[in-house]
Amino acid sequence: MAHFSITRFLDSASSKSSVRYALYLSAITFFFALILIPPILGIFLKWNTMAETFQHPSLMSRATAAIYASFAIAIFVSIIDVVAGLPAAWLISRERYRWLNVLDTFVDIPFIIPTATLGYSLLLFWSSPEGISSLFGDSFVSPGWLLVILLHFAFSYPVVVRVMVGAILDYKREYEEAARTLGAPPFTADRTITLPILKRSLIASFTLAFARSISETGATMMVAGAFENGPIFIHNLKTAQELGYEGALVFVSFILIAISCLIFVTIRLLGPRLKMPIKKVWLSTERKLSGSKVTNLRNGLSLLVFFLLILIPSLFVALPAVYAIINGTLNEAVAGVGNWQGYWQSLILSYSVGAIATLINTIIGLPMAILIARKRLGTVFSSILDVLVNIPLIVPSIALGVSLSIFWKNFTTIPEMGLLILAHLAITYPYLVRSMAAAIERLNVSFEEASRTLGGRPFTVFRTIILPLTKYSLFSGAIMVFTRSISETGATLAVTELETAPVLLVKWVNILRGNIESPIPITSLDVGLGCGILIVFSFIILLVSRLLARRKGRY
Amino acid sequence: MPEVRVKNATKKYGKIIAVDNVSLQIHANEYFCLLGPSGCGKTTLLRLIAGLVEPDKGEIYIENRLVTSVPPEDRGIGFVFQEYALFPHMNVWDNVTYGPRVKAMGKKKSEKLGREMLEMVRLFERFDAFPSELSGGMMQRVALARALAAGSKLLLLDEPLGALDAKIRNDLRYELRKFVKDLELTGIHVTHDQAEAMAISDRIAVMRKGKILQVGTPQELYMHPQHIFVAHFIGESDFLEGYVSKITKKESIIELRGRLFVHTLDKTHEEGDKVVIAIRPEVLTVEKGKKRRENSILGHVEGFRFEGTNVRCQIELENGDSVVVVRPALMTEWFNIGEKVTVSFPAEKSFVFTYPERGLKRELALE
Repeated sequence: MAHFSITRFLDSASSKSSVRYALYLSAITFFFALILIPPILGIFLKWNTMAETFQHPSLMSRATAAIYASFAIAIFVSIIDVVAGLPAAWLISRERYRWLNVLDTFVDIPFIIPTATLGYSLLLFWSSPEGISSLFGDSFVSPGWLLVILLHFAFSYPVVVRVMVGAILDYKREYEEAARTLGAPPFTADRTITLPILKRSLIASFTLAFARSISETGATMMVAGAFENGPIFIHNLKTAQELGYEGALVFVSFILIAISCLIFVTIRLLGPRLKMPIKKVWLSTERKLSGSKVTNLRNGLSLLVFFLLILIPSLFVALPAVYAIINGTLNEAVAGVGNWQGYWQSLILSYSVGAIATLINTIIGLPMAILIARKRLGTVFSSILDVLVNIPLIVPSIALGVSLSIFWKNFTTIPEMGLLILAHLAITYPYLVRSMAAAIERLNVSFEEASRTLGGRPFTVFRTIILPLTKYSLFSGAIMVFTRSISETGATLAVTELETAPVLLVKWVNILRGNIESPIPITSLDVGLGCGILIVFSFIILLVSRLLARRKGRY
Repeated sequence: MPEVRVKNATKKYGKIIAVDNVSLQIHANEYFCLLGPSGCGKTTLLRLIAGLVEPDKGEIYIENRLVTSVPPEDRGIGFVFQEYALFPHMNVWDNVTYGPRVKAMGKKKSEKLGREMLEMVRLFERFDAFPSELSGGMMQRVALARALAAGSKLLLLDEPLGALDAKIRNDLRYELRKFVKDLELTGIHVTHDQAEAMAISDRIAVMRKGKILQVGTPQELYMHPQHIFVAHFIGESDFLEGYVSKITKKESIIELRGRLFVHTLDKTHEEGDKVVIAIRPEVLTVEKGKKRRENSILGHVEGFRFEGTNVRCQIELENGDSVVVVRPALMTEWFNIGEKVTVSFPAEKSFVFTYPERGLKRELALE
């Protein structure tokens, strides 16, 4: 009865345009006040400290080198991601072998494993005596820039594959068939027809891979060694608190945010105009490239890259985790002995913050998604909002955290937990809005119109038409928000002393490697098991999301 | 002017047999239609000929060359897709010259062909327009120009008029046939519209559930359907169920329900056989009151509609069966609902089929 009256109240309220606009205005206010402005404006509040940094040439040169390294690695890795990810996406979406379903699931693994865990896993695989180094002796790939590249490739590759698999499956294959009937060999048809049509998705996957690489902190810290990119530099400065560190912090954060936004806007504006070389055809070469030998070689290489550089290194941490279960470390963990009490607390903190961020973003992100998808406030304004909601994606999370921390601490004495939630809200907001806006855009508007003509008020239309038809996207958006929040390290380190699970794991690795002193020693089995537990939880989430994704009638 | 031969071709999708052991020969310079209801396998058969799908069994020959395993780009075909599949990132010119370019025909020849084809379809002035800027009819013509510019002599058309308005569809179908005949091509056209197939084809293959039921000229299919489904699908038919009561030298007498007897010229059945008589509605005559005529049955008018050229009269016969009579509007008297009438038909204008094993309704069902 209560439900009935609340529904009726919301129904009648939603009929009033003043109520609807008030809702949209709240969504916009929330977005600007909590998501967009604090992470950008914060650094301007400490703008004057930058001058001090310019007087420390060594600090400046470190800062510029770190910024350069960040962008060089992000651009390089994104290019490699597209080059390696596209054939894999092609293989998954076009070939009809049953085992490709398994591969399709495996591709998500590095995406869903918290990045700090991924970082440790790669460190074990490439650098530790237990990993691939046992075959070659010494440390096969020492912590440093090469390992950072391998790591960034591992966690951004699934983004490209996932986006491109979706795009290839959605692509109307008739275009390719038309090209074939006109005389184009498969390679030519793909190069001149399919890829140009999929250009937007290619650009989107490149941008997402770039954003993942530029903003990652926690895992990079695991494998960076003495190497510094922007986020590591910021973290090192914060930890060491060297002379002039605050200015350098602001300087690096500002440059990272400014250039990231610039690159993003440039890609967004110029990407669609990018012309691919499609006029010229090299018939004999392209015929050879279309042959089954070359195709099999390409597929084989894709699988090799995936297994050798992505899957095995990502899951390598399972070995010490399994050993930890056998030798009794698991019992200590369950009993909460020594460091494990802190671990469980950090895990509870991580999942609590993740749940709160997911809940709040779902509530406040939905009106924004409708605003963008249905262009409720005009095409121009909706398009601007559409661009702006992506900014937290592209901004390096530690820079975002630094700026956010400066902003809120300047105005109010906000508790650490509040700051942590605000940082996670800002970072995860785009995932839900993007997912829902895309789903609502895909939804035929005539369904809503039919509901209105049958007497449905706006809230009824939302409740009975939009929500049921987009529930899968809502769910997947919420899963993305949650998993991103669980993985988040950079912004967490920047805004609070509270230790979430990935922050704690980074600390454990530093203790293990002697970078930090600790009264209670940490063993590699502890770290392995800590990572393993996070992976198990991640797998459960992956499993649930895939089971839901396979349900019939999904939208 | 290639000739196309399909020999025992079968294509399955899981448990569904889309094309079931089909054999077919299409002559050079013929405009040939594959006709059938949705899901009958006609598009799959066309795609087998194009090489867009490979048969599980059977062989395809184009110009006496076995092409079963030859990829589509090497079959020398032009294909017009139902929704045209014009490349959205290319303008009209780039779409039309795509074939010559990927076949490395050289710049001069590509441009010459592109120009010729666009002029032929009267769209040269729109060479720089993108597909999204064209109307349905224009897109159809660009798709045709693109298929022809590739230099092929075998044109495959998959419901090329399906996405167009009725009026434009009527105009363009004659144009399609004219292009094929003028350029001395062989055309294979897939459609589910029997009027379209009848209007433009030299010959038609009527398909159902993956099989070809009958191949013939439009007249043959209309005048001499060899399968009850063909009688139903090509044009219209009234069906009367009965048993062969008596066979004489000249005719066979069929007993309908209600002990009504009609005469046919059928010689293919034996006494006692259960049969279905098919009669074209335009062959039936309807007159007011009770009249003594050959094959006359009494009835009353259940419905009467003016359709412009014709009038359509729905009549319930005295035995409870129902028939439709179609007569030229200007040459027929008009009837009132409930009016008593006599329906009659000439014996030589009826077709007699064996009663289908799985029932008449299921045999005539389109899906």
